[in-house]
Order: sequence, then structure tokens, then C-alpha cells
Amino acid sequence: MFGKKRVAIVGAGVTLFRRNIKETGKELSYEAVKMALNTAGMELKDMQSVVMGSAPDAFDGVHMKGEYLADGAGAHCKPYTRVFVGGGTGVFTPLAGWWHVASGQFDTCLVVCEEKMSSCYPHPQFAFTTIFDPILERPVGMNLIWIFALEMNRYMHKHNLKKEDIALVSVKNKRNALDNPIAQLAAEITVEDVLKSEIMAWPVQRLDVSPTSDGAAALILASEDVAKEVTDNPVWIDGVGWCIDSTQWTNRDLYYPDYVEYAARMAYKMAGIRNPPKEIDVAEPYDPFDYKELHHIEGLLLCKKGEAPKLTREGVTQRDGDLPTCPSGGLLGCGNPIAAAGLMKVSEIFWQLRGEAGKRQVPCDPRTGVAQAWGDLMQYGSVIVLRR
Amino acid sequence: MSAKIKHFPGEEVETKDIREGKIPTEKFRPKAKFAWSAGVAISKFLDELKNGKIIATTCKKCGRIMVPPRIYCEKCYKPTDGWAYVKDTGVINTFSVSFLAADASRLKEPIIVAIINLEGASEGMGIVHRIEEVKDWKKVKIGMKVKAVWKPPKERTGAITDIKYFKTMEEI
Amino acid sequence: MSLEKITNPLYTRHWIGNMEADYVYTLGVAGERFFKEIKENGKIMGAKCPRCGITYVPPRMYCEKCFAKLEEWVDIGKKGVVHTFSVVTVNVDGSKLDKPAIYALITFEGTCGGLIHKIEKTDTVYIGMEVEAVFKPPRERKASINDIAYFKPTK
Repeated sequence: MFGKKRVAIVGAGVTLFRRNIKETGKELSYEAVKMALNTAGMELKDMQSVVMGSAPDAFDGVHMKGEYLADGAGAHCKPYTRVFVGGGTGVFTPLAGWWHVASGQFDTCLVVCEEKMSSCYPHPQFAFTTIFDPILERPVGMNLIWIFALEMNRYMHKHNLKKEDIALVSVKNKRNALDNPIAQLAAEITVEDVLKSEIMAWPVQRLDVSPTSDGAAALILASEDVAKEVTDNPVWIDGVGWCIDSTQWTNRDLYYPDYVEYAARMAYKMAGIRNPPKEIDVAEPYDPFDYKELHHIEGLLLCKKGEAPKLTREGVTQRDGDLPTCPSGGLLGCGNPIAAAGLMKVSEIFWQLRGEAGKRQVPCDPRTGVAQAWGDLMQYGSVIVLRR
Repeated sequence: MSAKIKHFPGEEVETKDIREGKIPTEKFRPKAKFAWSAGVAISKFLDELKNGKIIATTCKKCGRIMVPPRIYCEKCYKPTDGWAYVKDTGVINTFSVSFLAADASRLKEPIIVAIINLEGASEGMGIVHRIEEVKDWKKVKIGMKVKAVWKPPKERTGAITDIKYFKTMEEI
Repeated sequence: MSLEKITNPLYTRHWIGNMEADYVYTLGVAGERFFKEIKENGKIMGAKCPRCGITYVPPRMYCEKCFAKLEEWVDIGKKGVVHTFSVVTVNVDGSKLDKPAIYALITFEGTCGGLIHKIEKTDTVYIGMEVEAVFKPPRERKASINDIAYFKPTK
């Protein structure tokens, strides 16, 4: 066991994910935390520390967003940390929460992720342009979608894939989202629909992409002693891993995310997992674009490089398959409020391992699950392994 | 999204109601201007672009020739050892044909953006730039050879845009 | 090589640019109600916590201390007291103002928090000075903090 104490998740809460929500960022955080506290049967005063994860200040349009959101996240006069690693935040925040409890310093930690992208007008995509190097990249006119398109093209080229192979992921996830009460873009679509949708930046088409959203999610972490008092059904955080590559993204072969593999190896080593495809029962890799799910399944060592499209075609990643992937509907189906989206995936694994996922429940009686998030300039991976 | 929870919070509002002022909002435009320092390595890179040349830095330990140049090798974590010119020709590593401008507005004529692996640099070392003079974008392929098209010397200012764009060696 | 010093400042290059973005903020569930009361009824409201007994101004959805949901809203009147103030001589962008302006944190009796606003119609200001809100005419109000034009001394 790594760390001084074993850490469990004992409660989770998620708000609706929608393009525009009336609640302010503070109110969204409050609603998610309140739900998490209620499911755990705990109160705010039981929380000894708080970790907030939220992506760029430029979305909400409030500088020092962590400080702004603190009271909504329940951090009034408590030890508080904000973490931010772009899209990787949603899985990195519970990792930071894990440090708080595993170190022995705190018995409980409230983990909150919030995003209110709709404040950025007319479209949050514009806030993303400032992630690019101001001297070498922005003058070329960079748009965020371009880097995904460049990566997707490289992935398709390396493994000789067609768009049809990748579109299957969008079809699967949007269909899975029909059973998710918080989902923004759940729908029954076909591969044809994806191939006919508007070309944004070839090879990326409209139905390959997840939307921008507002939303929040929260988890309650507790040390072993406290977890056993509070619930009969704790879900243990058995593995954590995180890794960053450089922003020199034009110097890398983008077809494979090495940094996700390094983070996964770190988490698997801690969890004692030697054969991921056999030992992982359910997975929630980060899927802001359909090809990303495939990219990350491979990075998580759940199959060989280039094999993920074959698994998808053969139905292995469906809910009733051998490796159910994104049973929540993922970002493609539920929406993408950056940090909250990753934490939603962790909470989905939490609900799946507890058998409380309702219509989305995977039938294989899962004992071990993995959630992963990815971020920044094609450079960051965070991985968490949960066990019942 | 536990099956035990029946109500999920969040009051959705429609984009058009916000735009038409049916939902009260506050508007703000921050005025943030910046003067980003190019740093030691990129200052020289930009100077050389003004001269019509592309310069890289080298690391003796790992043997890489790196472009864009940098004063430290991020793999060996030591200062880089020297400068080296690379060619203004290369190969398309990956590309995208975008119908979106930087602000997400739609374009009628697409922009073709690519990562170009420059000849003379180490394998995989690339810069991002546009590809133009393409009649049929469907013919662009990964692996195609490209060459830089420069602005005339008088118009160069020491910017990445001193290279106007890259064009494919074969006509497409 | 990396330790070479650039001694001629003309050789350090800068790239000038800006970070453009426009923002449209929803007022929130509590905020929308607060500003609607200001706009339509010329009332300043607070929200009371059933557990702690604190009345928050501006009102909010939750008590930050005990996290209870705040459902009881109260009219806190228009009269307040200057808790602290500053006499401001420059604009947001650093340019000089034509004449100095007074900004204050105005607190309301029996409540926690306050409103930041301008103090006008006076040459003097002091901590503890009693002030009252002066609203814009109803048709000029936009559901914004500036629907209150300024605070002025009650005497």
C-alpha cells in the first residue's frame, strides 16, 4: 500500500451538464457538493480539507477562479487547494485529494470540479487560442480544433484507419448517454450521420466532437477508518498516476500518447495490476473526440497499439462486452465542462462498482475500474484505479 | 448519476434567451495587452527568419538537432551546445483542412495547417505552418515534400510569418 | 551557449499582442432574484440562514458556513452605514479622474456582508456615516448593481 492510509470514495454528486446554466460557478459547486454530502450522509463540518479543480480562468471569466469558487465548494475557512492541468484536471483533482488523506494529514477531503464555459462569449473556443505559443503558433492563426485534427490525422495514418472505424465510438457513447440523466447530447445516431456532419477541420467533423458545457461534480474521500463508519460500500482508490510531456507538441509523433502510458503504469504498479486487459473490468477513458477514446484505450495499455478500433467494431467496448468503455456516455454524450467532465467519469466508475448505475450498469459485476483524463497541449495524462 | 438519485440540479437557459436579453446578464471585456519576451533562443530564431534562414540548437548528449530552438535540452535537462541551420524544405508529418477560423467562425475556403518535419533537423522535429497553393485539398497526403515560400526580404520583420506558407513540391 | 548574455537591448525581441475575449455572465439563481427585486421593486434583499441566523447581503443560494440552502429572503431597507471607504483619483486604466470619487463598502444593520458603491452628494465621508441608496428611475434600470445610482448621506 502506498501512503500511510488507504483512501476510499464514499459519496459523489453531479449537476446537469448543459450549454448554458443559470447558476453561477459558486452555485454549481454548491449543488454538486451538497449532493455528494447527502449521498455520503455527511455534513460540511465533517470535511477537513477541500481540493478544487477547474480549468482555465479564461472560461468563467473570473481571474483567480479557485479563490472565487472556494466558498461554493465548501472551503470557507478550511485548508484549500486549487489544481489545474487543463483537461486532465477532472482525474487529477481526486489524485490531489488522495494525497491529502493518504499522507495521514487529513481523514476526509472534499473534491470538487466546476466549469462554466458559457461565460466566454461568443464561444469558449476563442479562449483556447491563448494556449498556443504567442510568437510561433498564434500568428499562424491556430484554432483549438486544429491540434485535435492534426493528431487524429496522424493516428489514422499510422494505423491505416478510415473515418468509419472512429465514428463507431461517437455512435456508442451518444447512445450510452441516453441512459444518463445529466447528459447534454444523448442521441441515437449512425455512422452515416457522423460522416455526413459538417467538416470543421478535416478529419474532424461536427459529430466527432463533444460540446462545451457548464457543470460541476464532487466526491467525498475518506480514510479507511472513517470510510468504514460512514458506509458499507466504500470504493477504494488503489492506484494513482500522472505524467506530463512538453509543450513542444510539434516535436512529437502524435499517434500515441506516451504520457498516458507512463501515468497508467504508475497507477497500475501501485494497484498491483500486471495484466490490464484482464484485470480492468470497466473503463472511462477521456473522450472529448471520438478518436481520443481509441487513442487512450491504447495509452492505458488495455490493448495493443492500433487495436482499439478493432475492439470497438467487435463490440468489446459496449456495456455488455468484455471491456465496457464509457458506459456513462462519456464526454461525447454527456457534454464537456472540462474539469467536471473528468470527475463525472470517476464518479461513474464509483457508481458502477457499487452497482448503482441503474440502466447504465454493466452486467459483468465489476470489481476494478479505471478512469483517465487528458489535457493541455496534447501533453498530460492522469489515471485513477478504483476497486471495490 | 446514481440510480438512487432522482433529481439532478442545474437550471438550463437557452443561448438565444441570453443573446436576446431575456435573461439578465452582465457583460465585460477585459483589456489585456501583452509584450511577450521572445527569450534568448527564439530572439535568434526570429532574427534568422528575417535573413531567410531557419536555425536550430543542438545537444551533444542526446545528439538532437532541435527546432524551434531552445536554450536547454528538455530531455537531458542541460544547456544546449550550439546552433545549426536546417533547410526550409521538409515533409508533412500531419495536416488538417480547417473550415474554422481562430474565433470559431466558419470559412468558405479552408485553411490547411500542418506540422512540417524540417530537413536537417532530428527526426520528428517540426514546426506548425500553413500549406497553400493547393487546388484540391483532398490530394494532400502525410509524407508529401514541401518547401517554404518566403516574403521578399524587404517585407520580413523577424516573425514566423516571414515564411508566408509552405507549398507542396508536386502540384496538387 | 544558453548562458550567453544579451547585452544590447535591441537584440531582445518582443511580440506584442493581446488576449481578446468577451464575457457574458449569468447572474445566478440567487443573483437573478436579487437584481430583479432591485429593478422591479427598488428593494435591496438579503437571505437568512435558518441554522446560523446570519442574514447575507448580497443574498446567496447557500450559507457558506453550514452549507444550508437559504430560502428565507428579507427586505433589508435602503439605509446603511459606511464601513470603510476610499477616495479614488484614477480610473481603471490608470488615467486621472476629472474629480475624485468616493467608493465605500456599505453595511446594513443586522446583516453579514455589504455592497460596494459610490457615495455622492457630499464633500465629507467618514466611517460610520449613515447613508441611503438612491435608485435610478424604473425605466433606466437593467437588473444591475448600477440600478442603484449612488448612496448619499441620510442627513
